[in-house]
Amino acid sequence: MDIFVQQLVNGLTLGAVYAIVALGYTMVYGIIQLINFAHGEVVMIGAMVAFTVINTLAAAGMPPLMVVLIGTACAVPVCMLVGYAMERMAYRPLRSAPRLAPLITAIGVSIILQHLAMLVWSRNVMAFPQIIPLTTYSFLGATITGVQLVILGLCFAMMAGLALLVYRTRLGTAMRATAQNPQVARLMGVDVNRVIAATFVIGAALGAVAGVMVGTYYGVAQYTMGAGLGLKAFAAAVLGGIGNIPGAMVGGLLLGVVEALGAGYIGDLTDLCRYGIGPAANCADGGHFVLFGSNYQDVFAFVVLILVLVFRPSGLLGERVGDRA
Amino acid sequence: MKRTRRHLWAGVALIAVALLLLPFALSLAGTAWVRIANIALLYVLLALGLNIVVGFAGLLDLGYIAFYAVGAYVYALLASPHFGLHLPFWVILPIGAMVAALFGVMLGAPTLKLRGDYLAIVTLGFGEIVRIFLNNLSQPVNITRGPQGLAGIDPVRIAGVDFSRSDSVLGVVLSGPMKYYYLLLGLMLAIILINVRLQDSRIGRAWEAIREDEVAARAMGIDTTGMKLLAFAMGASFGGVAGGMFSAIQGFISPESFVLVESVMVVSMVVLGGMGNIAGVILGAVLLAFVPEILRWTVEPAQQALFGKMLIEPEVIRMLIFGLALVLVMLFRPAGLLPSAVRKRELEGDRAA
Repeated sequence: MDIFVQQLVNGLTLGAVYAIVALGYTMVYGIIQLINFAHGEVVMIGAMVAFTVINTLAAAGMPPLMVVLIGTACAVPVCMLVGYAMERMAYRPLRSAPRLAPLITAIGVSIILQHLAMLVWSRNVMAFPQIIPLTTYSFLGATITGVQLVILGLCFAMMAGLALLVYRTRLGTAMRATAQNPQVARLMGVDVNRVIAATFVIGAALGAVAGVMVGTYYGVAQYTMGAGLGLKAFAAAVLGGIGNIPGAMVGGLLLGVVEALGAGYIGDLTDLCRYGIGPAANCADGGHFVLFGSNYQDVFAFVVLILVLVFRPSGLLGERVGDRA
Repeated sequence: MKRTRRHLWAGVALIAVALLLLPFALSLAGTAWVRIANIALLYVLLALGLNIVVGFAGLLDLGYIAFYAVGAYVYALLASPHFGLHLPFWVILPIGAMVAALFGVMLGAPTLKLRGDYLAIVTLGFGEIVRIFLNNLSQPVNITRGPQGLAGIDPVRIAGVDFSRSDSVLGVVLSGPMKYYYLLLGLMLAIILINVRLQDSRIGRAWEAIREDEVAARAMGIDTTGMKLLAFAMGASFGGVAGGMFSAIQGFISPESFVLVESVMVVSMVVLGGMGNIAGVILGAVLLAFVPEILRWTVEPAQQALFGKMLIEPEVIRMLIFGLALVLVMLFRPAGLLPSAVRKRELEGDRAA
């Protein structure tokens, strides 16, 4: 039971971060039906910029909270700029091109960003300085760290903020109108180009914060970190129904939890000795014959994704299925 | 009419002679270049296989490299010291193709309902699942040797000719890579022929109909499910053949060769060259396989000459230029370098509207 709660807490933390990154994918997809493959790299750049600032300031002996806040405050505008530049240069000219063309430019942009990051920050892993004191709280037999609590709180705050923005402001209304029908939105006086650019910028800002959170959570950042994270988050967005904002939140949390629980239990569940059918030589003296260990952790995200899509082809909360293949 | 026909044949003959002489020209620059040509040919095989799925049937597959991996591992397991099996080449290659096709059906069957980008992410996930399994199937029973990979894979031997050694035929020395080149060239011709014949067949037309409008295709009596499965299976089997060849040529494989980036690379080749157009796809594959290699060999000397030292790692510059090329080509030729007739028409229609 303790393990269960512990993994649930860990999974929720990671899942909340997935959800924030997934929002970046899903917002862009919802509005222009583009899989922005480079979004993972934006998250990475956010983490790298923040880490650079944090490492510099921490060495100067500033208080930890200030340091992290300033780091994030530097990362967000940089990522917003990257998001804007990418939309302007690589995607906007291709609005009316065949569907796969912007996908390839997205891949190109992602390669460029990743290697630029390598030029700037080298191949080395950047470590998070030991400035945040490890505080732990007990919760139903599980331990939850202060960092985890902050991440969870921040993620939910950002989700609420985004929901407010999308459903309660003029910009949000314009975004939803553009998502439904860009031509008609334009006729109604919506500056479609500005709205699309705003979508990219908001997604990038969320990504930057997510990058800082992931980096702080794991304590490291590297130029390759964006690809894997982006992939999981993209899976989360599709799981919830791509283009659907609440879907990305649900998908992210679900994916994080499934992954954590799966990794926690798969070893026990596939231990053939438990069922008395393992080879005698292995099972003697309480030995194990584990078919699938926790190193299969990364499989869960995709297995769950495939299973959900088999039964709900447009994701958990998705309604509309794109007709254009 | 007759004149253009003659010109066409003259062109084909010229290309054929050029292709036959290419390895000799390349080997003057070093055997490494013949190997690079072989890798390029493997990519052509892969791109042609993926073209069936993406170009003909319009199903975006982002995990295509999984089938390449399956073919490669089937070959490696059946012809290496790992299990002590050493089956001959012509037995394994069909097995590899069939197993890959089976994987194609396995992927296709549950996902046929999905459309567009949902299919894309599921195929991507499938590719990752296959790779993760290859990486971890070393415990509890050692099947794939995990990240260590499989080594000592048998080279191709046909009728007593060992493809890993040099031979001299009529006084002409043929190195191992050169022999593989001709074998791959033959395979490529066969696959091109199959592709060309498929395109204008009943099946090819059915795929095209599905690609353009699935609902209408179904209404016209096309068995869309069966046709999509067939596309997956055929595309996968070509990937399996290419994978088997990769295994034999390299002699060593590990899961690292089958990462997502490789899938992305093959998709890029297909789209960059011109989806659905066989010549375009071949052009895309050759360009994307050769350009990074050429950059690898020119970037370092260029820096030495300009600055007197290495400022930036060649690998980084290579990838930067590669990414930039992807973006620029798509910006200026969104339908690919050599677009298929249908795509061209669509684009021009868009502009008129």
